[in-house]
Amino acid sequence: MSRPIIEAKDVVKRFGDITAVDGISFAVSEGEIFAFLGPNGAGKSTTISMLTTMLRPTSGKLTLNGHDVTREQDAARKSFGIVFQDPALEEELTAYENMAIHAVLYHVPKKEQAKRIEELLKLVDLWERRDSYVKTYSGGMRRRLEVARGLMHHPKILFLDEPTLGLDTQTRNLLWDYVKRLSETQGMTIFFTTHYLEEAEGVADRIAIIDHGKIVATGTTPQLTKQTNTKSLEEAYLQLTGKEVRDEVSLSNNGLNVRTARRNQRLR
Amino acid sequence: MDVVYILWQRQMKRYVRSRSRVLGAIGQPILFLLALGYGLGSVYKRAGEGNYLEFLVPGIIVQTLLFSGVFWGIQILFDKRFGFLKEMLVAPVSRFRILLGNALGWATISFLQGVFVLVISVALGFRAYNWFLLPVSLLVMVALCLALTSFGAGLASIVEDFQGFQGINNFIIFPLYFLSGALYPLTNVPTALRIASEINPLTYCVDALRYTMIHQSHFGIIKDLLVIALMVAACVAFAVNRFNRIQA
Repeated sequence: MSRPIIEAKDVVKRFGDITAVDGISFAVSEGEIFAFLGPNGAGKSTTISMLTTMLRPTSGKLTLNGHDVTREQDAARKSFGIVFQDPALEEELTAYENMAIHAVLYHVPKKEQAKRIEELLKLVDLWERRDSYVKTYSGGMRRRLEVARGLMHHPKILFLDEPTLGLDTQTRNLLWDYVKRLSETQGMTIFFTTHYLEEAEGVADRIAIIDHGKIVATGTTPQLTKQTNTKSLEEAYLQLTGKEVRDEVSLSNNGLNVRTARRNQRLR
Repeated sequence: MDVVYILWQRQMKRYVRSRSRVLGAIGQPILFLLALGYGLGSVYKRAGEGNYLEFLVPGIIVQTLLFSGVFWGIQILFDKRFGFLKEMLVAPVSRFRILLGNALGWATISFLQGVFVLVISVALGFRAYNWFLLPVSLLVMVALCLALTSFGAGLASIVEDFQGFQGINNFIIFPLYFLSGALYPLTNVPTALRIASEINPLTYCVDALRYTMIHQSHFGIIKDLLVIALMVAACVAFAVNRFNRIQA
């Protein structure tokens, strides 16, 4: 195993009384496809937010490509691209204009901007629609545009936060094909969160199962099934996370959901 | 510089492409100008104060800048809601430059709207007493736009969603407006009202515009300009401080 490109050590994130992430540690090596698998409200998005410098951890240490995420924000930011859980596009602008803004924000050399934008929009089959406003795009087109945008500055790591939420099967397969190809041809490290077992199993090299803010198991699918003495990833997953239904609420947090808690805390 | 420019340009593109926004934002001040200017004009004249429309124009310009400035600053809430804020915040660019690019865009839009209103006032018969002072008036407007968009951006960084915006409108913006002397002269008003107006920085903006446009001043232009400069500095500091703390 080569050196870890993403590393988390005892990372904790609290919002007021609520602990969203409770002392997680993991390492992802270069070129790996790594999945964070867990039920709703387990702390997946909070972890991604911390890794991508949007949230500051309460304690613990996160490094990306050797840069401390809290201390060397800019260096850390240059090393990743991200596709957010909710679209983060400017809808009143065209796809091309969205790409152009991103190129400037990430200091892509002027001479290369036009070439890269064309290449990437062609890669995700949006070149013909480059001058349409994003507000006219379907959910799948938006996701593809976001993937293209996230790749513009040639990041070493690509974060995908539940990237297939709300997409149809065709688009979903297309998206994972792109992602796998990126990993194979460019050695890009991919970190994604999901609550779909088949995505974690089919795409990821290794899976971390997270629940109630803690990592309960990490490994390849065979390792996980062996560890739990089960026959499939689904059985292993259910054994590790239990069978109760989650509504982004966990009993350990007095029944409060993480998003509400964050809002309450900010208003206080 | 590129970053600031592209973010400024984004705001301008958005603005130019939505004509309803352009019209909507100047509709309200024009309505005020017509309804109050013509409606109260005769009473004002009978009280021996002169031409009310003339008196009102600087106040209505400040009103335009106040409402549009803070409104544009609040666009951060839209960016939060529609996600584009995240795209900007995770970019390897300092928060200050992100804020600057956006705020300059909003301030430009807000300034243009103030100029529209001035042009329309002139079409309605408003005449400044000395057009050579126009650059000073415009400068005051620019300063006010910067201060107000920053103020709006700072507020938007604190409140979580649009419910908070309604409260801001009712408890901050409208009192600031009514206590700014935009609609009535501050001579002979009750003491409490006078004190409230004197601690409101907008009063000094209205006063500065009145001085440069119709040669009437309550405080004197030097004091006005000093207060305006302080206000700009305070608002920008507030915005930078709050925006730096946003966690998405």
